[in-house]
Amino acid sequence: MHLGVSESMRECEYSQISTRSSTPMETPYKKKTSKKRKWEIFPGRNKFYCGGRIMMAKQTGVFYLTLVLILVTCGLFFTFDCPFLALQLTPVIPVIGGVLFLFVLGTLLRTSFSDPGVLPRATPDEAADLERQIDVANGSTGYRPPPRTKEVVINGQTVKLKYCFTCKIFRPPRASHCSLCDNCVDRFDHHCPWVGNCVGKRNYRFFYMFILSLSFLTIFIFAFVITHIILRSHRNGFLNALKDSPASVLEVVVCFFSVWSIVGLSGFHTYLISSNQTTNEDIKGSWSSKRGKDNYNPYSHGNIFTNCCAALCGPLPPSLIDRRGFVQSDTPQLAPPTNGITMYGATQSQQSHMFSMESKPICDQDQCIQSTKFVLQAAATPLLQQQSSEPVILTASPENGGTLPGRSALTLGGPCTSLPLGQPTPPTSTPSLSCHEATDMLPIHGHSHTHNHSHPLQEPVAHHHFLTPEEVPSPPGMLHCGSPMGHSHTMQAGFYNLASQDSLHEDSVRGLVKLSSV
Amino acid sequence: MAETHSLQDMRQQAAVAAKVFIQRDYTNGTVCQFQTKFPSELETRIEKQQFEETVRTLNNLYAEAEKLGSQSYIEGCLACLTAYTVFLCMETHYEKVLKKIAKYIQEQNDKIYAPRGLLLTDPIERGLRVIEVTIFEDRSLTR
Repeated sequence: MHLGVSESMRECEYSQISTRSSTPMETPYKKKTSKKRKWEIFPGRNKFYCGGRIMMAKQTGVFYLTLVLILVTCGLFFTFDCPFLALQLTPVIPVIGGVLFLFVLGTLLRTSFSDPGVLPRATPDEAADLERQIDVANGSTGYRPPPRTKEVVINGQTVKLKYCFTCKIFRPPRASHCSLCDNCVDRFDHHCPWVGNCVGKRNYRFFYMFILSLSFLTIFIFAFVITHIILRSHRNGFLNALKDSPASVLEVVVCFFSVWSIVGLSGFHTYLISSNQTTNEDIKGSWSSKRGKDNYNPYSHGNIFTNCCAALCGPLPPSLIDRRGFVQSDTPQLAPPTNGITMYGATQSQQSHMFSMESKPICDQDQCIQSTKFVLQAAATPLLQQQSSEPVILTASPENGGTLPGRSALTLGGPCTSLPLGQPTPPTSTPSLSCHEATDMLPIHGHSHTHNHSHPLQEPVAHHHFLTPEEVPSPPGMLHCGSPMGHSHTMQAGFYNLASQDSLHEDSVRGLVKLSSV
Repeated sequence: MAETHSLQDMRQQAAVAAKVFIQRDYTNGTVCQFQTKFPSELETRIEKQQFEETVRTLNNLYAEAEKLGSQSYIEGCLACLTAYTVFLCMETHYEKVLKKIAKYIQEQNDKIYAPRGLLLTDPIERGLRVIEVTIFEDRSLTR
């Protein structure tokens, strides 16, 4: 039986999971179905350039301002002040200036363009597993459980790990969720608009180098521009000196105002590095002795030197999000659900497919058309002959708000609307319970959900696959709506039965009817 | 190779019965370590000793990757001096160890886990959050 299942899978171009699974170091071989790279379906609010090699936050305006300020000030310095200084004092000055300038630019670009240490979101399986564990711990109380935390003891200190509802993971210690970028970042320091990116584990040292070298550069330019003006005014008088090099005035002004903030920031971060804290922790006073006598920083290595070395010269962890890897279409894994709620079958492709729906509203016209076609067919067959309280047909439903071109979303909105009434699952449950979450979306329920844009789009694909996987030559989905319902067994049985496509068709349609009658 | 062939056969024919997730162990700080506690779902499939040995080796490998020693400092300083362009030619120490880990997991899968209907997923593919152990239905296909 399973052999038959896998064969039909192959007909639909589902590819096998290779034991030699891809790592960030190897590029997986291209699959027939999707040639998308992972950065294209990245769920966070980031911008990618150069085919995923460059990663920045969404708002980059201030970064360009930083760049312009640095380039203009240094440009003016090299054009107007350096010739005079090189002649009058020493040519070493422009050389040092040049080296500092290049270093500043290099570290700035490195900070802005690299991955700060984004933690990838949980796969649906992981999320389901966590949900299950939490439900077991809570005793499934209430519709919206209290904020989930887990306590761990690190080097003698009790640290609370919070659950991230967006990323569906328990955040590791020192990680935090950046609301601007919508990502959990490991060792999150702060989101810096001046560099247009978050500052986290992977780019903290570059950030520190940037502000340190920029302080030196600012002080350097400030000092030498003043020297230049003073030397000129010895010859020609102060006012004439200013007239001769007006650019110097601008430079002095810019440097004067920058020096205080940048030198101050460098000093602050030097303190943070030497005590091995993040800006986040310092602001909250997590490890301050004011909180308690026994409160100390469990991450500190003990002495300042080791802390500094660890932060600046320690090993650089690689990016966990594999931007340049290809999205893999995994074989859908079918598993009998252990209980009505969780389902172990979801695959990465499903997850990526869901995210692809998020990023592109009409990503697969074919799919929408296919699913609409199928639903039309399904509606035209036995269903119409049966008595169903809720017609699973294509009436324009005002609730759906026209989020999709096809009417399939509306149809699916129909049966699924009734679902959550029977299910006490909280609205923050996994994407595999897409039917449930989609109903969160519909105005009748009045829930607001962060994944607003994703679910009506997830729906048709999910449901589509649930109904007739063989007919669809599109990326594999999962038996989404199969799981939360008690009727899942009927549908699954129908799914496994490959005696003929018609009988499967019939079964799934029967299943739909059962759904609608809930 | 007979082992990988049988693993692929199993993949094609077996269905996933369950997935077990080995979570991170933060008691020593933010270093990447996984809990060595033996999950109950694997009791029927593999010996406790064997599994714990695998996780312990992985933990040691990750510790080696993140070790703060003279080698990592030299590498860090060299990188800083060359404005990190040195990494265009060579791999970081961490990346080298990650490759070692991938090879180790592959080898463990082929030799020990696949014959028992299990599959370990490299934690790097899960963002170093969990070790995902996929349990396939016991169909006694390969043995």
